[in-house]
Parts: sequence; C-alpha cells; structure tokens
Amino acid sequence: MAEPSPLAQTIDEIVRSHHGLSTRLLQILREVQDKLSWLSPEAMDRVAEDLGISPDKVRRVAEFYSFLYTQPHGSYDILFSDNITDRMLGNRELLRYLCDRLGVGIGETRADGRVTVGVTSCTGMCDQGPAALVNGYALTRLDKPRLDQIAERVERLAPLPEWPREFFEVVSNIRRADILLGRHFADGAALRAVLERGGRAIVDELIESGLRGQGGAGFKLALKWMSCLDAPGDVKYVVCNADEGEPGTFKDRVLMQEYADLVFEGMTLCGRVLGARQGFVYLRGEYRYMLDALKATLQRRRQVGLLGAAILGDPTFNFDIDIHLGAGAYVCGEESALIESLEGKHGTPRIRPPFPTTHGYLNKPTVVNNVETFAITAKIAAEGGAWYASRGTAESKGTKLLSVSGDCARPGIYEYPFGVAVRQVLEDCGARDAQGVQMAGPAGRTIAPSHYGRQISFEDLATGGSFMVFAKHRDILDGMRNFAHFFAHESCGFCTPCRVGTSLMRDLVDKVHTGRGTRADLEEMRRLGRIMKAGSHCGLGQTAPNSVLYSLDQFPEAWERRLRSTAFEPAFDLDAALGEARRLSGRDDPEAHWLDAHDDDLVRLAKLLPARDASTVPDDDRNLLGAMP
Amino acid sequence: MSQEQSFTLDGQPVSFEDGQSIMVAARAAGIYIPHLCFNPEFKAHGSCRVCLTKVNGRIQASCATPAAAGQTVESETEELRDIRCGILQMMFVEGNHICPACEKSGACQLQAVAYYVGMLEPHYPHFYPRRTVDASHPDAVIDFNRCILCELCVRASRDVDGKNVFAVHGRGIHAHLVINTPSGRLGATTFSITDKAAQVCPTGTILIKHRGYESPIGRRLYDRQPVDVAGDVAQVPESQGGRRHD
Ligand SMILES: Cc1cc2nc3c(=O)[nH]c(=O)nc-3n(C[C@H](O)[C@H](O)[C@H](O)COP(=O)(O)O)c2cc1C
Ligand code: SF4
Ligand code: SF4
Repeated sequence: MAEPSPLAQTIDEIVRSHHGLSTRLLQILREVQDKLSWLSPEAMDRVAEDLGISPDKVRRVAEFYSFLYTQPHGSYDILFSDNITDRMLGNRELLRYLCDRLGVGIGETRADGRVTVGVTSCTGMCDQGPAALVNGYALTRLDKPRLDQIAERVERLAPLPEWPREFFEVVSNIRRADILLGRHFADGAALRAVLERGGRAIVDELIESGLRGQGGAGFKLALKWMSCLDAPGDVKYVVCNADEGEPGTFKDRVLMQEYADLVFEGMTLCGRVLGARQGFVYLRGEYRYMLDALKATLQRRRQVGLLGAAILGDPTFNFDIDIHLGAGAYVCGEESALIESLEGKHGTPRIRPPFPTTHGYLNKPTVVNNVETFAITAKIAAEGGAWYASRGTAESKGTKLLSVSGDCARPGIYEYPFGVAVRQVLEDCGARDAQGVQMAGPAGRTIAPSHYGRQISFEDLATGGSFMVFAKHRDILDGMRNFAHFFAHESCGFCTPCRVGTSLMRDLVDKVHTGRGTRADLEEMRRLGRIMKAGSHCGLGQTAPNSVLYSLDQFPEAWERRLRSTAFEPAFDLDAALGEARRLSGRDDPEAHWLDAHDDDLVRLAKLLPARDASTVPDDDRNLLGAMP
Repeated sequence: MSQEQSFTLDGQPVSFEDGQSIMVAARAAGIYIPHLCFNPEFKAHGSCRVCLTKVNGRIQASCATPAAAGQTVESETEELRDIRCGILQMMFVEGNHICPACEKSGACQLQAVAYYVGMLEPHYPHFYPRRTVDASHPDAVIDFNRCILCELCVRASRDVDGKNVFAVHGRGIHAHLVINTPSGRLGATTFSITDKAAQVCPTGTILIKHRGYESPIGRRLYDRQPVDVAGDVAQVPESQGGRRHD
C-alpha cells in the first residue's frame, strides 16, 4: 500500500483525535482548516473517507458556515467585526487602511496567498472595538499604529503566538454587579445541595425562584427542566448555548471568561436533576480564544471531583462536559439549529414540535439553556429560590446582565434587578445625549427618548441583554442598514420569506439610505416585514424586520428626510448599471455617470439618449428606463 | 377506541387521527390548502411556507403543525392570501422564471399556486441570479433558473431512490441546488428518469428530454382545472399531464 500523503496524514490524525465520530464533523473541519488554511476538495474527500460518510455531507457543512472556506484562502485570515458599534468606532476606515497597507482588496485573498482581509458579523467585543479576528482569534481596540504592527508581522510571516499579547487582550468591563456577579460562590455548593436535598427539592427551588431563560425568549426554566425530566428515555443531554450571536451582546463572553466554574456547575446540576451524563457547551467560533482556558477549567473540575466520574464521591453522579465550537452562523444560536450543528451538520432549524426537551441531541431529551441561565441555577441551588425571587418584578424575577455599548462613556457589563428603567441605564453608562437605544439587538427594538421611562423586564421591554446607544449626532439609518445587511447575511436560506425577504429588505433599506427611496418604499418595508414576521420558519426571520419596523414608528423623521419627493422610484440603480459600460470604455468622467438626486437628471438622461431632447422626456419614461436591463 | 376528534377549518369541522398534521387532515377531508414543498409521500419539510394557516390566532405552517382537537384554523382569509401571495412573489423574483418559454408552463404547480393565491405580477425587483442549465444527462435536463429550493428532489433521491443526487448548498439568498458530483453535472450521476426524483419537481427545473410541449395551450394540466381541483403535479399521472409515472 502506498504511503498516505502528508495531507492525508494530517487529516487522519485529526479525525482520530475525534474518535472518528461524525458528530464531530464541524470540529474536524475547523481543525483541518486551521492546519491547511482552506478546505480543498481533496481534504474534504479525505475527511469523508475517514469518517465513513458521503463526501456530499462534508461539502454541505463546509458550504454553510462563514468561517469555513472551500476556496483558497490566505495564511492569515483577518476579519473585521462589522457591527454598528464597530462602525461608530471607525472600523471601515481601519479596514481600508489595512487593505491598502497589505495591498489586498476587501474580501479578497492576496495573490501570493499570504493574507485575506474581510468583514464578519459582530464578534462580541463591542465594548472594546474596533475588533477583528485573525485566524479565529479575537483582536481588540484596533487603531492605525496597531494595524501597522499587524501588517508588518503578516509580511514577515510571524506566527500568531509571537504576536504581542496585548493585541489579543480581552477585558471584562464589569461596571455594575448584583447578586449574580457580585456574590462569592463556593465551587461545588450547588452540587452538594443537590446531593443532600435531591433533584426534586432543587426543582422546587427553581419553581419558587421564578427564573426564566435569559437567552431572550424568557421560557420558564423549571418548566423546561421538568418537561425533559418527564420525557421517556434513559439517555438525556444538557446543552449550554454560548453562541451569543446577537450583535451588541457580550455578557456570555464575560461569564465564560470570568465565571466558567459557575456555568459548568449549573450544567452539572442540571445533569444531576435530569439524570443526564453528558453536557455540551456550544461556544461561538468568535470566542475560540478562550477554548484552552475553558478546557483547563473542566480538567481542574475533574481533578477536584466536581466533574466526570463519581462527582463528590457519589458513584451514581457521573457527568461530563464537552465544548463544541461554532463556525460563524448566527442561526446556530436558535436551539434546534444549534443541536443540528452539535450533531456535526449544517445549522437549519428543525420543525418544532417536537421540542428539544423530548427530541433534542441525537433525538434524545435535551435541555438547552443560555450561559447566564445556567449560572443562575447554580446560585439558586446554593442560596434558595426565595433569595433569587426577592429581586426583580412580578413576572421577571432576579437580575439581568446587560451588554452596554455604542455612544456612552462606560461601555461594559451592567447587572441590574429586572425592572430597571432605560433612563437609569443610560445615566449609569454615561450616555448623556442618547437619541435612541437599540434594545435586545437588531432582532429587538429601536426605542426613542419618549420610552426611556420604560422598564427592562419580560412585562415591558424584554431583552437577551444587548443595549446599543445611538448619540444625537448619529444617523439611526446607518444602524438600520447595518442590521438589514446582517440578517441578509445570516439567513440560513431554508424558508422563502426569510431567505428572499431579508435580501429584499436589505435592498430597500439601501435604496432609502442612499437617497433613492420614496414613500412607497416605506410602505413596501411594512408589508414585507409583516410577511417575514408571519411566515418565517424560525425566530431569525420572524424578528429580522423588527429594527426596520420599530424605527419606522419611532424615528419616522430619520427615514423621511432621506426620501425623494416622487411617489415612486425604480429599485434599479441606473448609475450602477452604467458601471460595466464605464469599465469597458475606460471612462469615469462626470458625463459617464448618472448623477443621482440632481435637478438636471433629465438633462443627463437626454445626453445618454442622443435622439431625444430633455424637455420631451416625459416623467414616466424615467421609470421605464429604470426597468430596462 | 378514542372518540372522533376534530378541529374547524374556515368554520368547517375536520376530523383527524393522532399524529396527523393540519395539512394531512385537511387533504383527507378534501379541503385544499395551497402548498409547494409538501408532498403526501414525504415527511413535512416546512420550507416554502405557502401552506401557512392561522391556528388559534397564530400563523403556522399547516404541514408542520399537528392537528389538535378543538383548534380553530383559518386558511382562506384576506390576510393569509396576501401573505401567501407575497411569498409566491418572492419565489418568482428569486429565480428566473420566463413562463411563456417554459416547457412546464400550464403544468407547473408553482404557476398554478400563484394563480390560486391571486398573484398578478412579481411585484418585487428581480434578483436575476446567474444560474445555469445542465443538459449533460442523456434523458433529462436541469434548468436551475426555475428552482424554488423545495428539496423534493433532494428528499426523493436520498430517501426513495437511495442515490443522493441532489443537495442544497450555501446560505441565505445564495442557497442553491447542486448535483452531488465533483463536476456538478447531472450526466455524471446515476440519475435516471424512472427515479422518484424525476417525478416530484413542482416547477420546470427538472425536465425530461426528447419530448415537450405535448399538450397545446388550453389543454395543459392546469388549463383544464385549477390546482385546488387538479391537485399536485407530482400526484397526477403523466397521461393526464402530470409527472407521476403511469
Ligand atoms: C436566530 C436565533 C438566535 C439565537 N441566539 C441565541 C444565543 O446566541 N444564545 C442564547 O442563549 N439563545 C439564543 N436564541 C434562543 C434559543 O433558541 C433558546 O431559546 C435559548 O437558548 C434557550 O435558553 P434560555 O431559556 O436559557 O434563554 C436564539 C434564537 C434565535 C431564533
Ligand atoms: S427564518 Fe431564516 S434562518 Fe430561520 S429557517 Fe427560515 S431562512 Fe432559516
Ligand atoms: S429542482 Fe424542483 S424539486 Fe428540486 S428543489 Fe428545485 S424546485 Fe424543488
């Protein structure tokens, strides 16, 4: 037999380290790419062969995730975080600057294969941006001097471990701590409690606590656990949702970085209550930088008897935790898509019902909870449900972590009892001239100052924690456009209203933002938004139009001042369409352009149409022209 | 024996058996709910979203919602027609549908459902995606311009034919149908026109070669009867203008 090629050997080794399990496919592809910089057809075929699955399955997965590349890619892969908060901090200028320095176009790979520079959805560093990823590792607080140093290291092929540590420094910025972040927790306290008092007593405490899921939807925690507990079957799973993809939120990053023990303890507690033996953390790919530290924490917990076999010396208490990395797909935060991804597949949301509590990971009963939720369960097990329920409001017990960013003096993490007013948060973070707040991320709502008296709670303004401030001098529409592009990029493409609707919405917002929109386009956005909300298969498509719809209500002037006075304009951009002719003729003078929004449109039109006189071009013909291919 | 359970659909009682979806129960009762990715021979897929109904006040896909006793289901309302129409319009602008030139015109379920929901124009700006036509197979041709990503061919080839010829790749508006071979060409696969996958396409994407325009305009499947009467093209025998092999 011929000796396997070096490529095959590399891949064989990676697959072996994952025990040849096809549920590890995504993890395997990530590691293969780490080694080879992209997933060539030969590499994907070898992975398929080693796993004994069809090559199409591997391709399907590789084509789905933003961070997997099926085309040749640079040895250095630099992706600028492109959330609106990064834009506020000037990321676009920095992006162009770095591209110029390196001699590479945006989104392109340099001819020598050294480097690719592009953009990606929010990387969760909004309080310390402008941010980027280099080969998956987070870069923070970018500025030109730092980019100079980065460019210099790319040119001399310096390996990442030799780059200065401060490039990769991620700080926690905890600005306000309450019962979750502020009180000491003795590792093992929750596990001792469940061993002493039994799972049922802990469930009773959770019921009393009133705790609701902190990922955004606010489902009653105890109901979820009980539903999974009651589901038939001996094999059950615990999954921690650390995908944190909503732009503007980063509280789960801080919890995983500073309070990982608490989160792992909550998961282990859940495992004991359900009788599950295996847990998974689904960690978003953007947080890859903390993987080694998290693995070390897990190892330490095993050594001190808080994880693994015979936890706290009880031979009936066996539970372990594995960490899976995502690869750039916001939809994988949706619990059923997350489970698909955990199984090594592409992340398309499942039909629900059945729900994960009865048919989850590998079709077994599974509890999926947010990072913050698990952390709180550990605290409640140790301190009691009544203790937790003493904070908050009638329907929203306890506290909430807010990720505050945008135009404020003190961005970072703020823990408040539920019921805090928006105004209070703005005061505390030093946002003195806030024109508006994007609550709960692009999927949430845009609120104007008249709403600053409202409360953050499930009764009033529900949130997963994202809180982005827009100061007076900002254009709200910059945010709306950024969000519309985000959803078009992140739609998984499974269902029609979201797959097509998010792109139609993006184009409509672009049209208005560039001054080509009319009142009819605003009406069109409302109708499109209604269809997407009503018709989409999962929460992504159902919430994708929210920011546009809310801002149309809350900031009508921001939209209207961009409108043309005409009742209708074609979506077709005549100047862009002339681009090809310009390229072919090598012309770029004003006469070769269709200059927008000028009174002399008709004069220019006449010049493009030599046979006709401007004064004879009726208004309707402009629309006709717009429709011409 | 459990006693007969029922829900109401647009005011009419519909009985159902445990495990049936609203769509399946409605079909059994002879009530049409427009649909494209649903095919009674396959598990519900829930992607086209044309079969939306309002179930106890919440809009849900009827193919993916279990029937339950006492449900109030609405289907033929102004609101739902408007949403369905919008979804059909999205399908038309997403691909390149030149109906007058298409061999399936008149026997195309996409077109027939569009008529059914009252769609008169595509409304949205066209995306004009660059898609290709693959005529490499001796007996079939694929015009990717017309694919609506219902994944019926994907499911049929994988689950019935055991060949796994088709797949959908990519995300968002870039999602597209592919042929599972390194060349991406149908001719390089074991696909055969006797496959189930050759009989399920609700659009003019997968076509059989060496024949065409067999029924004159006026006598094509959906010229004779609208889709709510004639049924799915995949369920109508070829001899009557459908796709099902006789
Ligand atoms: C598009 C989309 C993205 C989501 N992203 C996240 C996420 O990043 N983290 C999270 O905890 N929940 C996310 N969710 C909500 C989850 O589906 C699920 O409700 C949550 O993980 C349950 O945990 P909880 O009850 O503790 O909140 C997302 C939902 C949707 C529809
Ligand atoms: S709503 Fe969007 S993300 Fe969700 S299934 Fe549909 S296409 Fe995918
Ligand atoms: S080719 Fe036809 S059956 Fe296959 S996904 Fe496209 S529209 Fe559906």
